[in-house]
Amino acid sequence: MADYVKMWENLGMDLETHDLLCQVLPTAVGDVFMTQENRPKAMDFWDLVISEVHGIRPAELIEEQKKGRKVFGTFCVYVPDEVVIAANGIVTGLCGGSQFWVPGGEAVLPKNTCPLIKASVGARLGRTCPFFRIADMYVGETTCDGKKKAYEILGKDVPMYVMDVPQMKREKDILKWKEEIAEFAKKVEEFTGNEITVEKLADAIRLVNEKRRALKRVYDARKSENVPISGRDALLMMQISFFDDPARCAQMCNRLADELEQRNRDGVSVVPAGTKRILLTGTPLAVPNWKLHNIIETSGAVVVCEEMCTGTRYFENEVDETGTTLDEQFMALSRRYMKNNCACFTPNEGRIDDILRLAKEYKADGVIDCSLKFCNLYDIEKKAVSEALKQAGIPVLSLETDYEDSDAEQLRTRIEAFVEMLNN
Amino acid sequence: MKDGICRRRPWQGRTGDAGRLRRDLEKKMEEKLGVGIDIGSTCAKTVVTDANGEILRRSLRPTGWSSVETAQTIQEELAADGITADNARFVATGYGRISVPFADKCVTEISCHARGAVRLFGSQELNVIDIGGQDTKLIVISGGAVTEFVMNDKCSAGTGRFLEVMANTLAVRPEELCRMAASGSDTRISSLCTVFAESEVINLIGRGTSRENIAFAVVDSIAQKVKTQAGRVRFHSGPVCLTGGLCDFPFVTERLASAFGRPVVTSPAARYAGAYGAALIAAGLKG
Repeated sequence: MADYVKMWENLGMDLETHDLLCQVLPTAVGDVFMTQENRPKAMDFWDLVISEVHGIRPAELIEEQKKGRKVFGTFCVYVPDEVVIAANGIVTGLCGGSQFWVPGGEAVLPKNTCPLIKASVGARLGRTCPFFRIADMYVGETTCDGKKKAYEILGKDVPMYVMDVPQMKREKDILKWKEEIAEFAKKVEEFTGNEITVEKLADAIRLVNEKRRALKRVYDARKSENVPISGRDALLMMQISFFDDPARCAQMCNRLADELEQRNRDGVSVVPAGTKRILLTGTPLAVPNWKLHNIIETSGAVVVCEEMCTGTRYFENEVDETGTTLDEQFMALSRRYMKNNCACFTPNEGRIDDILRLAKEYKADGVIDCSLKFCNLYDIEKKAVSEALKQAGIPVLSLETDYEDSDAEQLRTRIEAFVEMLNN
Repeated sequence: MKDGICRRRPWQGRTGDAGRLRRDLEKKMEEKLGVGIDIGSTCAKTVVTDANGEILRRSLRPTGWSSVETAQTIQEELAADGITADNARFVATGYGRISVPFADKCVTEISCHARGAVRLFGSQELNVIDIGGQDTKLIVISGGAVTEFVMNDKCSAGTGRFLEVMANTLAVRPEELCRMAASGSDTRISSLCTVFAESEVINLIGRGTSRENIAFAVVDSIAQKVKTQAGRVRFHSGPVCLTGGLCDFPFVTERLASAFGRPVVTSPAARYAGAYGAALIAAGLKG
């Protein structure tokens, strides 16, 4: 491993505590990923990235910062990357997915806050994640109450900009989101010192669409009866895509998709024929949260699709590329982003339609709907999700969990029983 | 803690001519016994069936602090009765199922309780309430197969452990608590959390509420909690039956029936439903 200690030191990180995190990660990666057989060769890229997750990409970002580029840290798939890219800025995901950061978050947030928020705040305040140190500005959004209040706390420590996400999807809400995007663009121009022109925004829109198409190609390969890639590997690819350079991300995803499509032609599967296919839906799975995928895939089933922010919501729907004015482009962005179906919207029937559609497209034998503990929005929506699935004759299992390992065996019992039920 | 029922030792004391014995043995080799071992959080249950699923033997012992040792003791006991891998197949279930190294297969308690209940209650359409030591399961069975289930989360409300803790607070055994509860009435515990409920019970004691009434409140609280949990599955019109450790306490069944507003059936054998289901699966294993 390259020596990144100097870089971490320069970032003002708490090296001693960070060392503890660095010690546990390789074991987790080994247990979850390296124990799998017959993995796609193209996973070598993501294996490398995850093996030095706090080194390789952070070093790249710092190099770019030296050239005067600004790094924007985001927490949500509603924040339009295109706007930042058009101003020659860089976007990086910032969501915390490890229990390691939760106690730090709990020091300033109520315990009954979702682990993703607690871990994100803990990662910043504990100074144990380089991405949280590198980002010049954080861009938040008003998707849930926990995040809104957490951004107030983060805002005291780092430049923070919050976008006001509408709560409904009427035409006036789409117009409102367009206005929010336009205002955000002004802020980005001011912060980077670079003007956003129609041409630059058009390029950025094309670039991000290309990345979406590449991610979609990987997912499309998972629709095959043949299972060319495990859910764990697909999840890792998806998680890293939030941190990577969009052009390289597209290139690597296309390279992986080439291999997966070939595997489908050759009938090369990572699981025995007849293994039950699971569509996973619910709250996002931030790095390094691989708990659920790992339990499902060591309980005799395989995850074939994720209807979540770290899944289909990140790449489905493209932005219309034909806009010729900034106004048209902002509207096109708003229309695309407002197609995302997050539980923060009311009503949110679109998500139910998505789940039913994806279950069919990915030939899912069953659906597991899992929310992070204390995420009221997704928790409440479980009832509607399970009723719709039952009506469609698709078995569903509703779960709730956090980042701790203490409930792993209880989850395993439920998941094994669900798989036994599907096998019956 | 063997209960002595069906302790016939199938491989002992058989007589007959050599040919018949060999034929019998060959048949036995093909049709192995089914052994189900259900290592629960409180009790370990063992059921042995013949190849047709008839119960030959059943026993129960506290799980104790080590499920590995408990499993080993069970294996030794079975071997002493001539039940070994030569003539039997083993299926382990319950939360300690992974601690049974000699098991041919591990199956979750949900599938096992369902399978056992279907056979015990003689119906393919059942709604099963299983109250275990640390979790409560609600299982809907249609056409003999599980179609839906829920389990309580980390909390012990509505489980056997809740009853045990409350019995301790009242300085009685759980079965006594259930007996006393039958002559109590009109008292409620509002807390679902075992720790808070315990404080409530202590308050009731302090206020001079009779033990019978407190016991009533404890049993009723379990029934209400189970009923609430049942809101997350769709029970059908088939019978509602109770399996697990509380089957021997008629007042529990009575309060459940009252909470659900429909009859709840059970039997002493339903305590072994998980192990029985595991034995039935074991008897059906090939190879």
